[in-house]
Amino acid sequence: MKKIMQFMALLLACGNAHAALNVFACEPEWAALTQQLAGDKANIYTATGGLQDPHRVEARPSLIAKARRADLLVCTGAELEIGWLPVVLRESGNPAIQPGADGYFEAAPAVHMLEVPTRLDRADGDVHAQGNPHIQTDPRNFLPVAEQLAQRLIRLDPDNAGYYRQRLGAFNQQWRAAIAKWQERAAPLKGVAIVVQHKGFPYLSDWLGLVEVTALEPKPGMEPSVSYLSQVLEQLKQHPARMVLRAAYQDGRPSEWIAERVHIPAVVLPFTVGGDGAAGDLYGLFDDTVTRLLAGLK
Amino acid sequence: MSNNIKRAALVLLAASSVGAAPANAADGEAAFNPAFSLILGGTYGNLQRDPAVPATGFATDQNPGHEQGFNIGESEMGIFANVDPEYRGVATFALAPAGGISVENAFVQSTALGNGVNLKFGRFFSGLGYLNEQHAHAWDFVDQPLAYAVLWNNQLGEDGVQLKWLAPTDMFLEVGGETGKGRNFPGTDTAKNGSGANVLFVHIGDDIGIEQSWRAGASWHQTQRIAATSTGVPDLPNTSGGVSDSFTGSSQTAGLDFVWKYAPNGNIRERYWKVQGEYFQRRESGNLTYDTAGKNITDTYAVTKTGWYLQTVWQYMPRWRTGLRYDRLDPGSAEVGALNAAYVIANYGYTPTRTTWMLDYSPSEFSRFRLQLAQDDSRQGLQDNQVFIQYIMSMGAHGAHSY
Repeated sequence: MKKIMQFMALLLACGNAHAALNVFACEPEWAALTQQLAGDKANIYTATGGLQDPHRVEARPSLIAKARRADLLVCTGAELEIGWLPVVLRESGNPAIQPGADGYFEAAPAVHMLEVPTRLDRADGDVHAQGNPHIQTDPRNFLPVAEQLAQRLIRLDPDNAGYYRQRLGAFNQQWRAAIAKWQERAAPLKGVAIVVQHKGFPYLSDWLGLVEVTALEPKPGMEPSVSYLSQVLEQLKQHPARMVLRAAYQDGRPSEWIAERVHIPAVVLPFTVGGDGAAGDLYGLFDDTVTRLLAGLK
Repeated sequence: MSNNIKRAALVLLAASSVGAAPANAADGEAAFNPAFSLILGGTYGNLQRDPAVPATGFATDQNPGHEQGFNIGESEMGIFANVDPEYRGVATFALAPAGGISVENAFVQSTALGNGVNLKFGRFFSGLGYLNEQHAHAWDFVDQPLAYAVLWNNQLGEDGVQLKWLAPTDMFLEVGGETGKGRNFPGTDTAKNGSGANVLFVHIGDDIGIEQSWRAGASWHQTQRIAATSTGVPDLPNTSGGVSDSFTGSSQTAGLDFVWKYAPNGNIRERYWKVQGEYFQRRESGNLTYDTAGKNITDTYAVTKTGWYLQTVWQYMPRWRTGLRYDRLDPGSAEVGALNAAYVIANYGYTPTRTTWMLDYSPSEFSRFRLQLAQDDSRQGLQDNQVFIQYIMSMGAHGAHSY
């Protein structure tokens, strides 16, 4: 009995054992950004891998256990995690990270959303009321998110406010320089016509001036059939594109099918940190994205 | 003057941030306040045998059976919202095939207790086992495993209180307890104070790398059966149409469950593989009254019954899944009191089994069509080859599914 009591006391103490903030990041890009801002002041757990569709994740026991001890949750929002996060939050029994609490942080409200639907109808596929949630494909979006995330870290951990401010300043400077470099390299991509497999790249297109001719999915979230792909093929004869883009986590078949028939390269983009070997951190993510797009031009 | 300008600017700033807030606040369930969802489901069933015949040796248990022909068995309506900062309310209503609506769930859940504590009260699906909490539209097969059909009348619903605690450990560890009226089988709905049934359960689970995850659990259920009457029970004199028996005594059930899932790169959108199994053992002990309408003889009776299933579901490409399930029951060997030894069957000498295969196709995240074939040997000498076609469509608030 004594042993059990000791064990229980140990369990209760666990939550306070580390002074660092326990951060639960829904997607790898937010884990990477939190890492940039919080350094060793945070223990970061990433709920999804670089090769997973962040919209299709299961509320696994491990996620619930990690959410139970989290001080801060960093997610995209805009309904991207709607299929699993509500269950994780409910089951976690952790009021600190519930929507509305200081420990609940969404990135989407910080940026200007694209593709906000004018009508909400599932006949249009899995559309998100607040706009397209794949905001991490435009590096410029990380600036306002970093700003707000740093403020949130300061509110949760005021003792280290100076540290977070200093890290934010450094990140802002380095990131702006990196964006300028990427934009310079990506200049030849301006005005290039592309096809996308899933409507996952409006922010990337907006950033680099890519022109999206069409998408392979008939509606967001619906897998294309061969007959639909044939229609796309006809469309591409009228309006040719230079390459077909897909995220690393997506099934390659629809892209390859089109690429073979219209003789354009199928380009796989990492989409997030960890999406491929070169995208090991936020800088690698965009270095590699630009490199792969440029390779697609050749 | 400059102060006025400053004030105006502040007001504008405040107004713009207020203006921005509703867009953010319209997130998740609150976007529809309350959130509303409707599941439209229906089945076409083709059976070779009368579904009213229970599994051999389980005439005193449940037989939810199957509907023949067209029916809308799985249609369900749900309403959920936060009540206030501390509670969330959930109600789901099932549309009965023959018309009418029944209250499936109507519970309130705490949201602010903290320390991993979750409190639920009202009418809810018990947290025992793995499948019990899942709603019909989330089942991987048209029907529940035989063990659930026979031992829990498909799904144990409870009117009562549930308290769960999640340990602050790296590995998922959850313990919970329930106490309730015990209205539903194996409980008997009797008017009395206090609680009629109790449940305890523990779940553990974790990931193995990013590709595998699992959950295992143990549960225990206890209730008192009072004058539980069963009709059409076969007897040793082989009375045509069986007899009516009545049982009063304790019912204790222990269960084990596990589920293991694998997805390449952890990406369930493309492909995944799931294996799950559950085992239940029920001990009933008390007094049995044989043939309440005729001989009416009461003596002691005790029996241990078991049921288990093992199933696997494989999503071999996006949108397409196939699954296989094997069910087995054992009616056990009863200890029948001397007065009833010549009448009550102690040992049926038969173990009901069933093998089921399914194939389903989901055009989108919100729709699914399913074909299911089953060879049902749950009734001795009455092999039934069953065919089902099913659709499940969900509308309204985007649901979030449990593991």
